[in-house]
Amino acid sequence: MGLGLTFDVAHLLAGGLVLVSFLMITQHRLYALLNAFALQAVLLSLSVAWQAYVQHAPHLYVTAFIALVFKAIIVPVGLHRIIQRLGIHREIETVIGSGTTMLVGMGLVALSMTVMLKVTPGADPLAREDLAFALSVVLLGLLMMVSRRNAVSQVVGFMSLENGLVLAAAGARGMPLVVEISVAFSVLIAFFVIGVFLFRIRERFDTVDVQALDRFRGERR
Amino acid sequence: MELISALLVQSMQMLLVLAAAPLLTGFVRKVKARLLRRRGPPLIQPYRDMLRLLKKEVVVADNASWIFRVAPYVIFATTWVAAALVPTFATGLLFSWSADLIAIIALLASARFFLALAGMDVGTAFGGIGSSREVMIASLAEPAMLLIVFTMALVARSTQLSAVADVLSTSEVGLRVSLGMALLGLIIVAIAENGRIPVDNPATHLELTMVHEAMVLEYSGRHLAMIELAAAVKLLLYISLIGCIFVPWTLAEPDGSIAAHLAGFGFYLAKLAALGFLLAVFETAIAKMRVFRLPDFVGGALMLGLLGTLLLFVSRSL
Amino acid sequence: MTSVAFLLLCAAALLGVAVLAVACARAYAATPIVYGATLVITLAAAITSCATLVGLAAPAGLVLPIGLPWIGAHFRIDALAAFFLATVNVGGAAASLYALGYGQHEDEPHRVLPFFAAFLAGMNLVVLANDAFSYLLSWEFMSLASWALVIAHHHDPENRRAGFVYLIMAGIGTLALLLALGLLTGPDGNYTFEAIRAGTRTPLTAAIVLVLVLIGAGSKAGLVPLHAWLPLAHPAAPSHVSALMSGVMTKVAVYGFIRIVFDLAGSLPWWSGALVLAIGGLSAVLGVLQALMQDDTKRLLAYSTIENIGIVFIGLGLALAFRANGMEAAAALAMTAALLHVLNHSLFKSLLFFGAGAVLVATGERNMDRMGGLIHRMPVTSFLFLVGCTAISALPPLNGFVSEWLTFQAILLSPDLPQWALKVMVPAVGGLLALAAALAGATFVKTFGIAFLGRPRSNEAATAREVDRFSLAAMALVAMLCLITGIVPGYFVDAVTPITRQFTGGALPLQANLPWLTIMPAVVSGSSYNGLLVFLFIATSAMLAVWTIHRFASHAIRRGPAWDCGFPDASPLTQYSGSSFAQPVRRVFMARTSATHEEVTMPAPGDMQPARFSLVVSDPVWTWLYQPLAGAVEFASLHLNHLQFLTIRRYLSLVFFSLVALLLVLAIWS
Repeated sequence: MGLGLTFDVAHLLAGGLVLVSFLMITQHRLYALLNAFALQAVLLSLSVAWQAYVQHAPHLYVTAFIALVFKAIIVPVGLHRIIQRLGIHREIETVIGSGTTMLVGMGLVALSMTVMLKVTPGADPLAREDLAFALSVVLLGLLMMVSRRNAVSQVVGFMSLENGLVLAAAGARGMPLVVEISVAFSVLIAFFVIGVFLFRIRERFDTVDVQALDRFRGERR
Repeated sequence: MELISALLVQSMQMLLVLAAAPLLTGFVRKVKARLLRRRGPPLIQPYRDMLRLLKKEVVVADNASWIFRVAPYVIFATTWVAAALVPTFATGLLFSWSADLIAIIALLASARFFLALAGMDVGTAFGGIGSSREVMIASLAEPAMLLIVFTMALVARSTQLSAVADVLSTSEVGLRVSLGMALLGLIIVAIAENGRIPVDNPATHLELTMVHEAMVLEYSGRHLAMIELAAAVKLLLYISLIGCIFVPWTLAEPDGSIAAHLAGFGFYLAKLAALGFLLAVFETAIAKMRVFRLPDFVGGALMLGLLGTLLLFVSRSL
Repeated sequence: MTSVAFLLLCAAALLGVAVLAVACARAYAATPIVYGATLVITLAAAITSCATLVGLAAPAGLVLPIGLPWIGAHFRIDALAAFFLATVNVGGAAASLYALGYGQHEDEPHRVLPFFAAFLAGMNLVVLANDAFSYLLSWEFMSLASWALVIAHHHDPENRRAGFVYLIMAGIGTLALLLALGLLTGPDGNYTFEAIRAGTRTPLTAAIVLVLVLIGAGSKAGLVPLHAWLPLAHPAAPSHVSALMSGVMTKVAVYGFIRIVFDLAGSLPWWSGALVLAIGGLSAVLGVLQALMQDDTKRLLAYSTIENIGIVFIGLGLALAFRANGMEAAAALAMTAALLHVLNHSLFKSLLFFGAGAVLVATGERNMDRMGGLIHRMPVTSFLFLVGCTAISALPPLNGFVSEWLTFQAILLSPDLPQWALKVMVPAVGGLLALAAALAGATFVKTFGIAFLGRPRSNEAATAREVDRFSLAAMALVAMLCLITGIVPGYFVDAVTPITRQFTGGALPLQANLPWLTIMPAVVSGSSYNGLLVFLFIATSAMLAVWTIHRFASHAIRRGPAWDCGFPDASPLTQYSGSSFAQPVRRVFMARTSATHEEVTMPAPGDMQPARFSLVVSDPVWTWLYQPLAGAVEFASLHLNHLQFLTIRRYLSLVFFSLVALLLVLAIWS
């Protein structure tokens, strides 16, 4: 197997992650958002599995498996349930319009490409590109967190940000398994905590719009 | 001898797009009908419709100008020329160097320009509604298409369609995520430009939802036949374009044997059928969008094109 | 006699005509005499400059003993000057021919005739000038002559306002150019361009010069955000002057930019290309978006000028970026694209302004919502206007497409640029260019569709008459030139090779020898375009279709009423208007911006009043740039006001302290 195919498949999967990130920031409906997130997790696990195969690093298979089980199945299904129980499967408002979001997203991708490729001139092309894509996914996840008001989509943004981190870690041939697993579990726990909080917020304020919380901050007004 | 065979291939191509276009339209309609568990019109119904239209008298509105009567021929001619320059079953068309992909897009833009003018000629509100929506969709779809062309041109280092097909059929291109984005974007643009669901519904005459039909509402007889044929050729053009760029391995080489050409021809028909089938499935599965949700849909293609170009700009210098 | 002497003679003759026009402007025959004279002179000048461009006459210089006493006035013609002189004079000749007919309708010819000839002379002199002093002098002369033409119809308060804004912007522009040339000449006062070219300067100076030229030449050319005067001033002038201002004077500004930045300033860093590219891309999109929103035909055309100047500057920015990185062939391609677009835009913009002027004569209207159906009343004008519309919308086989195609090809060469910022920026600018091209198509569908098609929306439109033969001849001539540049672009590409060789070091291969007059910038492997063949193909297949239809199909034709949905006798006002046509695009691209303000008054149920919709389209540059600026100036002047009421002693101490402060600055600086 030549370097060409190795590079191509990794490139395709990592690029697919960025693409799905774009898909996510432009989704207006929560269910569609969750599906896109699940798709991203599947792509992530494929990408990590490919890295495991290429680098002959069996522990990465575990990472891939964790990503598949937790992020592609448990978290989306859980969030699905939450949405159902909260009854908020209507359109979500974005703080800025979808066209603007996309333009900002393009700018972020351009930025991360420029930065990453500029600071890593010596590294091998596969790792460079992986890092650039990973930074894009992280930034797009952050963008999603700041451009949405709905707490559920903020959670999804956070998880997608974490996907970017895993991608970077897998590409950079490092990150011991223990760290990997602890990250995965912390994400899971964060998911549970946030899930519980969602219900508490909702019980108290009748909405999961995080703007409602602002009213209760003393320094705001 | 070479010249003769090249000329033969070119003229075959010109006739082929003309002859196959209504068949493709009929095929898509048939598949859609079957998916809805209707029997659907026979495959050759578009030909019959066109012949009937040709035989009918033309009714022209009182204050229609010469634009109204000239436009169908201009629209047809520019679309046909554009379609004749897209390799269908063989690369190395004789005249392919006379216009590259950018020129093909511009030719289609000419057709649209005149169609929009024809819509406004009679001076009814319908024509205006169709034309203004058409130019709105085009103002998003055209830049998207050009950016997709950029993506292709950066891979092939040429905007010449034959060269693009040649380069993409070699294995050194590999799997590029930019090409995937270009494919997605191209599909969206093709749907928008051909007025298919979810952008426009080709089957409806419901007043407030239509774009293409609103512009051609006043047309009848042979003029309508020309416009319908041009629309069918345009659909065929886009499907050929997708086939030629993303499935380029089946195209016959310019110096190939007759058997190779025949094989290319067979593969081409297979490509048409497959993509036409997918189009029908997609159209059946999705609902038409509100007009002002279209910018998100077509704008997605724009963003895909830009992202693809950007990635290529960057990755080419790795 | 050298060509430069002959061209100076032409300019002098134009000045003479201007003086003559002052003397006899009120005479009955003044209009045909003046325009006839300018026609002959500009035609002679155009032929001479074309001959110089293709190499029949050698580049030459001339020093006249006028101007500053110790240096005289230097004039010179080289390939660049010859190209722009050809553009200026072809535009001038077409405008003169047009004005032979159009000028008859002028109420106050004495306010137009002298300044028209002087304006032409000024533009010629700017391009011929070869030292900083005569350059600035001619530039200012051109500005003032055009200002006088803008306020020719000074009874209209809007025109007076346009003239006021124009005067201020022209003043700022000339000031910036003065500073730029001052920096270039340096303290020794080497005013001739040769001396400037030979001088050396620090990168910082070069950067400041670039910014100053962008302000000076850019404001005259109409680059965003200095374009605010242009959509006011260009439409205010009589139509043949609008054509000259939009089609030709903006090109003189482009000439100024190329002359100073490419020629005099020496080598510039790569980011200068990025800056020019960004401004060009922005101008292209913002200009065309504003154009699409306009309902006034001439203002629409003025905004579309901003778009086209943006396209020219995209080409120039690419050329700068390529040149800074030593990619000569690519720089040559980008510059060829820009120069070709200069020529093309001057042709089709003149044509479109002529058409708008013809409609103005026939109906007295500039508002397209009071036109409609003119294609029946003015068949020739509308056909020629349609040619202009297709050309400016960059549709093959006309000329607008050729230059945009070349620009796209130049953009495709840019991944080889080493700078990351450029790598990321150029595809974005390519997207902007594509967007501008598509929106230009929409704009001119609207212009032609609303003004010429449909049913007449006013009595004036319903009773319009075709205009005179001179106007039609001028329009037909320019339309022919549009077609010719579109189908045999190879010759024009070859004609500008000396210019690209001089300023970028590279040149495109000879195009005229390629089979079938194809153009093929060989630096991109194999991309080619053939206007002639595309034209022939379209013509043949259209003929074939027509022949087949008429041979085999039914000939029957019947006229009937348009489909009315069961509501007969609809008023022509139910047609789409200009603003309703633009509404979808407005909603997509300009929603949530401050540029448009819609207001709907819907009466309560049972109320018999009509519902009203009003739309105000404003240029955001006023609210974002000029109003804050004006506010700041007002604030400062209010607070400096008390300086006016000081005692003599205080004034003296003020003068004293500022003198000391300046001396201190000098002491510390050097």
